[in-house]
Amino acid sequence: MNEILNLTALQLGEAIRKGEVSPVEAARAALERIEATKSDNAFVALTAQAALQRAEEVGKKIAAGELTGPLAGVPLGIKDNICTRGVSTTCASKILTGFEPPYDATLVEKLNALGAVSLGKLNMDEFAMGSTTETSFYGPTHNPWDAGRVPGGSSGGAAAAVAARSCWYAIGSDTGGSIRQPAAYCGVTGIKPTYGTVSRYGLIAYASSLDQMGPLARDAADCAAVLDAVMGKDPRDGTSLDVPAGNLLAGLTGDVRGMKIGIPADCFGDGLDPEVKKSVLAVADVLRARGAEIVEFTFPVMEYVVPTYYIIAAAEASSNLSRFDGVKYGWRAEGYEDLTDLYNRTRTEGFGSEVKRRILLGTFVLSSGYYDAYYKKALQVKGLIKNAFDDAFGKCDLMLTPVAPTTAPKMGESLSDPLQMYLSDIYTVSVNLAGLPGLSMPCGFDSKGMPIGAQLIGPALGEAKVLNAAHAFQLDTDYHKQSPVGKEAR
Amino acid sequence: MKITTEMVDYISVLSRLKLPQEEKEKMTGELEQIIAYMDTLNALDTSGVEPMSHVFPVKNVLREDQVVPSFDRAELLKNAPKADEEAFLVPKTVE
Repeated sequence: MNEILNLTALQLGEAIRKGEVSPVEAARAALERIEATKSDNAFVALTAQAALQRAEEVGKKIAAGELTGPLAGVPLGIKDNICTRGVSTTCASKILTGFEPPYDATLVEKLNALGAVSLGKLNMDEFAMGSTTETSFYGPTHNPWDAGRVPGGSSGGAAAAVAARSCWYAIGSDTGGSIRQPAAYCGVTGIKPTYGTVSRYGLIAYASSLDQMGPLARDAADCAAVLDAVMGKDPRDGTSLDVPAGNLLAGLTGDVRGMKIGIPADCFGDGLDPEVKKSVLAVADVLRARGAEIVEFTFPVMEYVVPTYYIIAAAEASSNLSRFDGVKYGWRAEGYEDLTDLYNRTRTEGFGSEVKRRILLGTFVLSSGYYDAYYKKALQVKGLIKNAFDDAFGKCDLMLTPVAPTTAPKMGESLSDPLQMYLSDIYTVSVNLAGLPGLSMPCGFDSKGMPIGAQLIGPALGEAKVLNAAHAFQLDTDYHKQSPVGKEAR
Repeated sequence: MKITTEMVDYISVLSRLKLPQEEKEKMTGELEQIIAYMDTLNALDTSGVEPMSHVFPVKNVLREDQVVPSFDRAELLKNAPKADEEAFLVPKTVE
């Protein structure tokens, strides 16, 4: 494997600026690596020719001093639910077969303006609904640490590609943990920023009040650099926040002296794998040794977070996905008799079963007679969950929790029992409900050699603190530098 | 709460889905299990709690109306499964 693949995104960016590596060499190395790890099925669309051409142009602009950013010329992958002009964007669903968006997502525009080189689109659970990347129409992605295990989801292709050293960073989306959980299962660092800090324009909606895009990368510093590039108010997204953006990378000092790290006891109880528990709690020890203070408290809403999340997410999904009807874009079924039949056939044959399950569930909780008992109730509990976080951040600066109760499960284990799969999202969904920033970083390995992730949760707009604590941890540990390369039996 | 196949039929009509019998029966059982789990929220007293739709106080985001060019029609129609030069094509709905 080409040595440059082991550089972080920032290291590669620096090597490119110094003229030691050209963007074309970097893109070529990544494309070769993608080919060598093809059986992982991380990419659903590869744009090799366009990437090399783009790398050539970006290289010239860097040489001419027109592009000077830290990530200029660094190749990335983009999750398949993010619109890329003229490049297939399907949400890994049959129903969007052939869709080539006529525009770029704001995030893609921003990255392109800074000299990004996209290699292609990354696999995911269909419409981001799933926790394993097994619901993809294009078949599952495999975990690069063990091909018999799932990479997590829904941004499983993104996490697997970064872990396998097929790209230096990737853009994922996170509605209930879809960046953080695959990052944990694949041993990479990923962050879901505060709701509204990254424009959702061009992100194909699953649950609009919870969806947020963010990076998956080799370490916290790379994540900071990506967020610096993509955050900011966008008039095309009414929910985007008009707050100062940027300077996250510059703020990474590793100084956590006096920082209060909160350990919510309710996140470390029954159902948590002992090996995961031990590794996550060890993060507190590392931060304490750097001068952070550890505080423990209760967080008494944990048993309500999963039902609240699934009611709200399904309700919004049932509404958002009504636009897929076989008329305006994508795939249309054959053999229909009239317009209603066209809709019914296209949607029944075009959506996979997990998507249909959530559409039906969402339609149910919004339907007359059940709205108050389920949807309204969930919005009330969401308020209580937000209050619980407000209380917690009265006692600490950041919260430390697991990302998932276990390490990556075996392929095929999760799909047979949808409720069981939903329950595994317990540590991540509350962060979306409250709109907070959450980061997942590698903090150890279990006895099977699979990566373990720790989650740092910050108050709203607390990205700088979250990233700085993760950076501090990564200065003193090397879990994030481990890679599955050479470990795989190929 | 008991979920019947009749209820699944009703929400399927609202969802524009038409599940084959076998899939419908499987879905009915799964939905019942999931909805039973969602009933855990009933243990929580939420009387007097305001439903929270948005976590941040962002509302009524307005801007000045501006006339800007819209997307190119031909480019948009390119993505349609069936279209002519100026419109999406669907089966006839009115006589």
